Amino acid sequence: MADAGGEGLEVRLAQAGPIPLGVSFACPPESLLALVGPSGSGKTTVLRAIAGLYRPVTGRVRCAGATWLDTQGHVFVAPQRRSVGLVFQDYALFPHLSVTGNVQTALGHLPRARRARRASELLERVNLSGLERRRPATLSGGQQQRVAIARALARDPAVLLLDEPFSAVDQVTRRKLRRELAQLRGSLRIPVVLVTHDLEEAGMLADRMCILHHGRSLQEGPPHEVMSRPRSVQVARLVDLQNVFEGVVAGHQSDPPLTRVRWLGHVLEVRHQPAFAAGAAVCWVIPGAGVILHRRDRPSRGERENPVAGRVDSVVVLGDTTSVALQVDGSGGARISFPVPTHVAQRNGLAAGVSAKVSLRAEAIQIMDWEAPGEGG
Amino acid sequence: MDFDALALSLRLAACTALVLLPVGIATARLLAWSRFRGRGLLEAALTVPLVLPPTVLGYYLLSGFDAAAPPARLWHALTGGSLSFSFAGLLLASVIANLPFAVLPMQRAFEGIARNVREAAWCSGLSAWRTLLAIELPLAWPGVLSAMVLTFAHTMGEFGVVLMVGGNIPEETRTLSIAIYDRTQAFDDRAAGIMSAVLLGFSFAVVWSVYLLDARTRGRHG
Repeated sequence: MADAGGEGLEVRLAQAGPIPLGVSFACPPESLLALVGPSGSGKTTVLRAIAGLYRPVTGRVRCAGATWLDTQGHVFVAPQRRSVGLVFQDYALFPHLSVTGNVQTALGHLPRARRARRASELLERVNLSGLERRRPATLSGGQQQRVAIARALARDPAVLLLDEPFSAVDQVTRRKLRRELAQLRGSLRIPVVLVTHDLEEAGMLADRMCILHHGRSLQEGPPHEVMSRPRSVQVARLVDLQNVFEGVVAGHQSDPPLTRVRWLGHVLEVRHQPAFAAGAAVCWVIPGAGVILHRRDRPSRGERENPVAGRVDSVVVLGDTTSVALQVDGSGGARISFPVPTHVAQRNGLAAGVSAKVSLRAEAIQIMDWEAPGEGG
Repeated sequence: MDFDALALSLRLAACTALVLLPVGIATARLLAWSRFRGRGLLEAALTVPLVLPPTVLGYYLLSGFDAAAPPARLWHALTGGSLSFSFAGLLLASVIANLPFAVLPMQRAFEGIARNVREAAWCSGLSAWRTLLAIELPLAWPGVLSAMVLTFAHTMGEFGVVLMVGGNIPEETRTLSIAIYDRTQAFDDRAAGIMSAVLLGFSFAVVWSVYLLDARTRGRHG
């Protein structure tokens, strides 16, 4: 199992049903792990299992040196005795209690005399001073979320769990709350687990991310690494990488270290990945950011790096960024998608049917085990 | 006006409501939040007194109260008393007959509490007992109160079951509804009329208060 150094959170869950689970990850103190996956991928179930609200068939959950679940050792600690702060997706505030009442409910571990002061400190920390007497129904979504966070922190938890905390608020509030969470976590000395289906959110907030699909953790690592170097075609699809193709490993060289992959009559130079044997059928992927458009007016040195010619298939303007799909010449339909600044697209006259050339950055190309790549290949 | 009968009816109604308060809460929570084998059967059994003729229920209860029957023997062994034609028997019969009036409103009230609100209470460190007292009951109280009011009112007006298992013993089993029947049989229209008016007024006030309570609850949470 992944190790969090004894002080963080370590999770391993496995069962065939009723909800299939095969999850293993760790989250050290002071770090934020994002559990990312589509709806129904088991993210919330994993969070509930950490909190003790779901009991998996087999598994082990350790946090801050304490064992909360160990099915082999017949250990199951009730949610009340796990030091967990959980922010529910719809906040689950107590509707009959005031803001202060909600927070004080979670302060049962403190002497009665200290609870009011502590609640006031926590509410100040989440910028809710002045709203102490209000009922949850009279608060905005963002304010309700802050109450939920204050309540979750009230127990001085050993881990903070956030279940899609930004899904119920509007875009402006979401951005504001994300900034606040980023600030707040700087002051927390505990692991934080964030469940989200939003890759952008995970990329902004998380130190590490774990991709879940059908209850299984497929890849864990720093967000940039997971999103640019997926371990499998499935992960590539889940992190929305569209440029997935089939190829054959042509060979490796050690000086300079690189691997060559044959693809549609090209021999691509790619980042050295010697684990794949020469002659092996593989899939490879390149994020859109690794595709460089050749400028018509001013050729550059980078154009020697895996040049590929094609015809522009579609150009979609999305504000400042334009998404371009290039049909590779002689490929029978293989398309490379990449973003360019809209002004660059305009300056280069990019339009459907126009010929264009791109370079595929060797360092950005990731080789994966072969698997039917689907529509992108 | 038979004040002894009125006092007995009030005592029976209060005791029935008191007994059904914990029984109703426990059963309602079980039915609201647990899925188990035989749940449908239990719900059906609890609802049967609502549709069964009171005489049928009374007949079976009377059979169970027979001195040779196990429930009566157990009661005799515990208290030395009898269930037939006694206040204790009347109370037991009343509790059984009122189960649906107590359980169904409470069940709806507990079903209205979101599961994650209870889970949030557990994750806030509240024990199951504290969660019941601090979160569940304050949220479910309109339903619990409705159940108690309905139980009380229904017991005040219960006739068939009371007549079958209690008979008509002054100060022991003669409730207001039995007294009305008794006075009517004796052509004492004035007494029957006064007591009927008291029950009518009481029943109307009760049903009205339940509606008011319901409207207030909807206003607060809707």
